[in-house]
Amino acid sequence: MSPRRTDAGGRVDRLRTIRFTFDGAPYTGHAGDTLASALLANGVTLFGRSFKYHRPRGVLTAGVEEPNALVTVLRGEVREPNIAATMVEIYDGLTAVSQNRFPSLAWDINAANQLGGKLLSAGFYYKTFMGPAIGPLKSTRFWMFCEHFIRRAAGLGRAGTAADTARYERMNAFCDVLVVGSGPAGLMAARAAADQGARVILSELEPHFGGSANWSGETIDGMPAADWAARAAGQLEGYDNVRLLPRTTVWGYYDGNTLAALERVTDHKERPGKGEPRHRYWIIRAKSVVLATGSFERPLVFPGNDRPGVMLAHAAERYANEYGVLAGNRIALFTNNDSAYRSALALKKAGAAIVAIVDVRTELSSEMRELADEAEAKSLSGHAVVATEGGKALSGIKVQRFDMTNGALAGEARSIQADCLLMSGGWSPTIHLASQAGAKAEWNAARQAFLPPKPTQQWIGAGAFTGSFSTAEAIAEGRAAGLSAAGGTGTPTALPVVEAAPGDPDPAPVFEIKADGKSFVDFQHDVTAEDVRLAHREGFISVEHLKRYTTLGMATDQGKSSNILGLAIMAEALGKPIPEVGTTRFRPPFSAVSIGSLAAERFGDLRPERLTPMHDWHVANGATMYSAGLWYRPMIYGHAGETIEQAYVREAKATRESAGIVDVSTLGKIAVQGPDAAEFLDRVYTNMFSTLAVGKARYGLMLREDGLAFDDGTTWRLGQQDFLMTTTTANAGKVMQHLEYFLDVVWPELRVHVTSVTDEWAGAAIGGPKARAILAACVTGTAVDNAALPFMGIVHGKISGVPVMICRLSFSGEMAFEVYSGAGYGTHVWEALIEAGKPFGLVTYGLEALGTMRIEKGHVTGAEIDGRTTARDLHLDWMLSKKKPFIGSAMMDREGLIAPGRLELVGLISLDNQPLNGGAHIVEDLDEANPHDSIGHITACCYSPALGKYIALALVKDGMARRGTRAHISDPLRNRFGPVEIVSNHFFDPDGSRMHG
Amino acid sequence: MLITCPYCGPRDVIEFTYQGDGNRERPQPASQNLDAWNAYVYDRLNPAGDHNEIWQHSGGCRAHLRVVRNTLTHEISSVAFARGDHKVAARHKAEGKT
Ligand SMILES: [Zn+2]
Repeated sequence: MSPRRTDAGGRVDRLRTIRFTFDGAPYTGHAGDTLASALLANGVTLFGRSFKYHRPRGVLTAGVEEPNALVTVLRGEVREPNIAATMVEIYDGLTAVSQNRFPSLAWDINAANQLGGKLLSAGFYYKTFMGPAIGPLKSTRFWMFCEHFIRRAAGLGRAGTAADTARYERMNAFCDVLVVGSGPAGLMAARAAADQGARVILSELEPHFGGSANWSGETIDGMPAADWAARAAGQLEGYDNVRLLPRTTVWGYYDGNTLAALERVTDHKERPGKGEPRHRYWIIRAKSVVLATGSFERPLVFPGNDRPGVMLAHAAERYANEYGVLAGNRIALFTNNDSAYRSALALKKAGAAIVAIVDVRTELSSEMRELADEAEAKSLSGHAVVATEGGKALSGIKVQRFDMTNGALAGEARSIQADCLLMSGGWSPTIHLASQAGAKAEWNAARQAFLPPKPTQQWIGAGAFTGSFSTAEAIAEGRAAGLSAAGGTGTPTALPVVEAAPGDPDPAPVFEIKADGKSFVDFQHDVTAEDVRLAHREGFISVEHLKRYTTLGMATDQGKSSNILGLAIMAEALGKPIPEVGTTRFRPPFSAVSIGSLAAERFGDLRPERLTPMHDWHVANGATMYSAGLWYRPMIYGHAGETIEQAYVREAKATRESAGIVDVSTLGKIAVQGPDAAEFLDRVYTNMFSTLAVGKARYGLMLREDGLAFDDGTTWRLGQQDFLMTTTTANAGKVMQHLEYFLDVVWPELRVHVTSVTDEWAGAAIGGPKARAILAACVTGTAVDNAALPFMGIVHGKISGVPVMICRLSFSGEMAFEVYSGAGYGTHVWEALIEAGKPFGLVTYGLEALGTMRIEKGHVTGAEIDGRTTARDLHLDWMLSKKKPFIGSAMMDREGLIAPGRLELVGLISLDNQPLNGGAHIVEDLDEANPHDSIGHITACCYSPALGKYIALALVKDGMARRGTRAHISDPLRNRFGPVEIVSNHFFDPDGSRMHG
Repeated sequence: MLITCPYCGPRDVIEFTYQGDGNRERPQPASQNLDAWNAYVYDRLNPAGDHNEIWQHSGGCRAHLRVVRNTLTHEISSVAFARGDHKVAARHKAEGKT
């Protein structure tokens, strides 16, 4: 048994030993321990280094509000930084490391920062990094220069680079009553609401229900409070209408009584069970909410209040009563209120010596004197702690006479030996959720605390949350709140009887002891009382400005322990009462939320996938699949030993020499039907569709309302009132919404219906000199010769007994056909085409070869229709009808869209026979050391087998006029520079003789 | 935030796509009044309070709805089909007519 572990008591299982490491050193703890309690039990006092000054820091609290003891937890390659050691449940194999220290926690080189004293005072960054006005390091460049060094010294844990492999889930839940917090108030509320038949959710951010009952040492209904709480939670488990959510933090309160919660499902386990998510993000819609979130104890501000061994009084009480761990053997307390006396007695009973209770108040009640006597503690009323001593652990404190009416210190400072100092500066109700819900908190001068406002949404408060700090009040308020939330009325049954130590809930209005030395307000961001006063002297009088200037309350703990203190010190500096200085409104999240839980099923193995009907065939036949949005498409069908470039070059070459086939099922397909379908298409496309004959297809271009290019594709007229529109794969959803919007909102008089049929059709594009011969060999029921199937013609026939629709159109620039069949027959038709193509040397090709052939032809895709280009920029102005208005026609000729100097589509040929890079800039004059004056960028590039060169499409300023000239690509990120020739975007077969045949 | 679709009932905002300020007036298709087009394409009201908005129930019936939403509280005071005659269709549906 470790020296700090008590023999009995608490919820840890002393028979179960857990092994873990901290900073590489092996430790043991017991089941039920947190990392903080286990390390304390092992005598560890140093948990981390502070943010700015690298001061040694211990653990301040025992819960979610911990500002100091932040660690990084490692799971394999994945590192999770900035987790409070107080919230980490230990498991076998837990690997945790301390943060913000170099080279080691015990010997930190940057601790020298604190010797500089004023060096890093408030606003340091703003003041210092303005930089000189001229010269190589002028203005922000100076900051960028210094940032490199400072980032390393200041800050929190380091994020990992390994991908997070954990699974996350989202859950929608509905209930009549959501109870947040499971202390005595929450347990009573949940029970009362459940007894009314309400659907109840009870959430608790700790692993165990019971809240303060787990460590208060009080008696409820004749049994230890912890046992009472365990029994109450156990009874709730038996209710069908109650859902218990342990390890679940309600972190957001949104409009419509919608609350967000994070359930940490497997963080406490060695490994997750099958299918178990790491975190679950709950979206809870509650008819009403009971806020029983308790309160946070406040530190006191005095020199050296951040030394390891200085802790909140209730935290030490909690470690002793709940975990069986003594925070020290010789304990001193420093308080402005009665609650510390109960803590002192609890620690005495657990086996520690209480050397002194230092109280700023002169007058103590007789009950407090009795408690001090019982704890065998020296009672120093009218005193204050003015210094702490020790290095990485506390060795003693200095106290002096203190007059709380004027803050004056008097007399000689005397030393007291202690290895632990507990402080209590009063209690602040945890009103974060109520504040998020929309109302402003109200200052209560007696409690020296902000109390929850009047509800603006459907919630009721209970217990310490409302400022009622006694357990008896919590129990009464909890039951009343539960009843009321469930719409029930009071029952006259007796309430559980509480036996508790006496105490006045109102503290003395003392927040700070002014003496020499650094007195910390915000432990996590290293903000001192002097920083707050400095901010005031420099003119920051609004509390919002104060926060931003000093960064008070802006660390990962969001100032849970520091907000009120900072406000009080600011108020004193301003000479105003606290409520006039104001408080800041709390915003979600209450505590840190994993990004993974918010993304949930949108990433990882729960992410939906769209597979074409021929997907399995592609995979079975050696395709390397490429994810495009939710779709998976073949990238290449590589042969053994081939590079990607070799594979696509082979596929494209074979297609141009004989024939190739590609899966085009992912293209968006929309049935546009109805008496006004042709009229509608005339309005949405820039060119005419009402003149299109039945059985023919036409290439169409759509603009946005602002006149910029939107999408392109072919639309087939299948009947007088029946069109099949195709869109690019990426824009299928957007085009559909665009059409629906105009039909529903703008032109409701048009008799047109649009239906997404993307998933109804399987599509295969077959192109090349032999393509027609292959179709002739397998298509029945129709001829496919030039007369029956001219360019842009459509025929219906059968392949291997399956009805197909064939349209002769070309993206590759070859004589090509798109063959559509019902999706369920996609693979059947595909295989029949492959079989028919064998004697003709038909190859399958993927996206890379598709892209190569389209670049050779100079066709545009989403890379060129990038939301900034016009039809003219892309040389598609021949498609802009002058005979009719269409969407975008009024705006497309605006000055800026027709002015010279726009980026225009051109082709580029690499003159050094080296590959070109997508995104590379194009410049007139090459200056590798100082790249400047881009005239455009590459949108797509490939090796062209048809030309035997590396080529690209690019958007270049006044590109048309530059054809035939030379320029350079300038790509400093990838260190690629080189000469190119600017040419027409139609590299290959510009007059289209191959596709027209 | 919940939006009560006249077809589908109260649904989470995640099912809807915001389709912009509902106060915009589209000029006649052949209009050459650039100021009017500019106002339609770019000008948006940004009131602190009730706002007239178009939302599409994209994850449901795909109807476009005219929603009056308070931008300060997210309180929704009215929802109607953006396409006027949908109101009739919904009433028929509610009454069991086809
Ligand atoms: Zn709907």
